[in-house]
Amino acid sequence: MRASSTDLPATIEISLSVNGRRHRLSVRPWDTLLDVLRDTLDLTGTKKGCDQGQCGACTVLVDGARINSCLALAVMKDGAEVTTVEGLAKDGELHPIQRAFITHDAFQCGYCTPGQICSAVALIAEGHAGTREEIREMMSGNLCRCGAYANIIDAIEQVMGEQAKGGARGASRPDERTAR
Amino acid sequence: MNRFDYVRADSVDAAIRAAAGDPAARYIAGGTNLVDLMKYGVERPSLLVDITQLPLRGIEETSDGGLRLGALAGNSEVAFDARVRERYPLLSSAILAGASQQLRNAATTGGNLLQRTRCYYFYDVATPCNKREPGSGCSAIGGRTRIHAILGASDACIATHPSDMCVALAALDATVRVAGRDGERAIPFGEFHRLPGDAPERDNNLEQGEIILSVDLPPDRFGPHHTYIKLRDRLSYAFALVSVAAALRLENGAIAEARLALGGVAHRPWRKPDVEASLTGEKPGRAAFERAAAELLAGARGQGDNDFKIDLARRAIIRALGQAAAGKPQSQSHKRLEP
Ligand SMILES: Cc1cc2nc3c(=O)[nH]c(=O)nc-3n(C[C@H](O)[C@H](O)[C@H](O)COP(=O)(O)OP(=O)(O)OC[C@H]3O[C@@H](n4cnc5c(N)ncnc54)[C@H](O)[C@@H]3O)c2cc1C
Ligand code: SF4
Ligand code: FES
Ligand code: FES
Repeated sequence: MRASSTDLPATIEISLSVNGRRHRLSVRPWDTLLDVLRDTLDLTGTKKGCDQGQCGACTVLVDGARINSCLALAVMKDGAEVTTVEGLAKDGELHPIQRAFITHDAFQCGYCTPGQICSAVALIAEGHAGTREEIREMMSGNLCRCGAYANIIDAIEQVMGEQAKGGARGASRPDERTAR
Repeated sequence: MNRFDYVRADSVDAAIRAAAGDPAARYIAGGTNLVDLMKYGVERPSLLVDITQLPLRGIEETSDGGLRLGALAGNSEVAFDARVRERYPLLSSAILAGASQQLRNAATTGGNLLQRTRCYYFYDVATPCNKREPGSGCSAIGGRTRIHAILGASDACIATHPSDMCVALAALDATVRVAGRDGERAIPFGEFHRLPGDAPERDNNLEQGEIILSVDLPPDRFGPHHTYIKLRDRLSYAFALVSVAAALRLENGAIAEARLALGGVAHRPWRKPDVEASLTGEKPGRAAFERAAAELLAGARGQGDNDFKIDLARRAIIRALGQAAAGKPQSQSHKRLEP
């Protein structure tokens, strides 16, 4: 497959499953996944902070793994399954992490929050963080200019604790399982 | 971003054919460095050759008892691989010291080796930079140099290689397997990256169009006697000002084999086999470690803002060798430095 700039605007057909819905999309090679989610699919929950991989506001799950969507070219994600913050609640019920963010007042302006929440959902599924220090380290890719860090860690710790006890509802939905 | 052609390669040969004829073509893997540089206009490829569908993902045992990391094996995948954690914990630790979990999920082994310097002027297309535009001059010399080299720099460029993973790979004596139009070859890790000399536009010794196939690790020999210490301006998610990878093999209380590599101080991971050789036979202890630090840093020269790196590196080397000798590697999440 090759798209050539001699016949601009070069667009390439890709298929993307976003929050369980399959889309056929025409993208240009330089369109980032972030711009396609926000501008083409109108899923503006995912935020653009730095557009350079430095802030984590654009964090989404691609095939279960959290990545910075600002540094991903959409054309390279042909066939992928993407979960954004809009896809976490099920049947009108918030994801446990979303509920915990509210309980713990884990945001102020809210701009970093969708990225924090997607990142936290992946962090729990990855299973590499146990202690508070490990949660902090594994969340370091999500900056919060309002400095809500302490409450964010509290929220994640609470959900991790509930899941360890096997208590949290909806804890092992397939879209939260990750290969990594 | 500039406009470019895009092709998804379905075989290594097809990828090489697509890229080899065009000096402005680039392979793309995780994209976490290339896409960033394209947004700044530092990289302006004519063609992106997407290599992510190539069969270069696996992590496999090699016949000599080592491990082969496919060029497309993700940084997270390698760091958390059970075999890597058990046999090459130094590598796992160095990877986890770098970037963020999101970036490590997207980033690949090959891309990590080929990531470019974080020199501020290299990123700023409004300023002269010999690496970005050969012959235009070096804005860093006489400018802001906090993150720049203290070893192996030249009058043309004082940039550092930013990778953490590569510091561990250098210490572990890895081999880079590459393929090009003329077939395959294997490059010892110490010969992969270059010093800037008078050609700073070349970060490494890959030829135009060559593709990395894998990074091969020799059998493990250091057990728990290793560490990776990374010192930076934040506790996490920042590039190294100075980092040290150290590994020791101890026999009857003496050093039988030593490995010592520095990051953040030169255009490539900084390692001197003769310094390592001079540690063998020594009793691990402050005297031997101080001497090794002095020898590894011989000729170090600051550029002004980065003068502090010389003493920082000296102290970090001594501490790293102490941690390695004690078998108490630095934790990458509990940030307190082990004594
Ligand atoms: C905010 C931020 C913070 C970071 N912090 C750190 C850090 O602390 N420590 C650290 O070590 N790194 C850090 N990184 C860098 C990160 O590790 C690299 O961007 C990543 O490893 C590059 O891998 P990639 O697969 O995404 O490469 P790409 O961006 O896809 O490619 C990079 C280069 O490699 C070439 N390439 C890729 N694969 C191959 C191949 N198989 N054969 C030939 N050429 C190939 C491409 O053509 C390109 O020139 C950071 C990055 C960001 C954005
Ligand atoms: S140090 Fe190297 S990369 Fe930085 S401005 Fe000078 S030539 Fe460019
Ligand atoms: S917008 Fe992607 S990391 Fe900041
Ligand atoms: S809540 Fe404002 S940036 Fe995090």
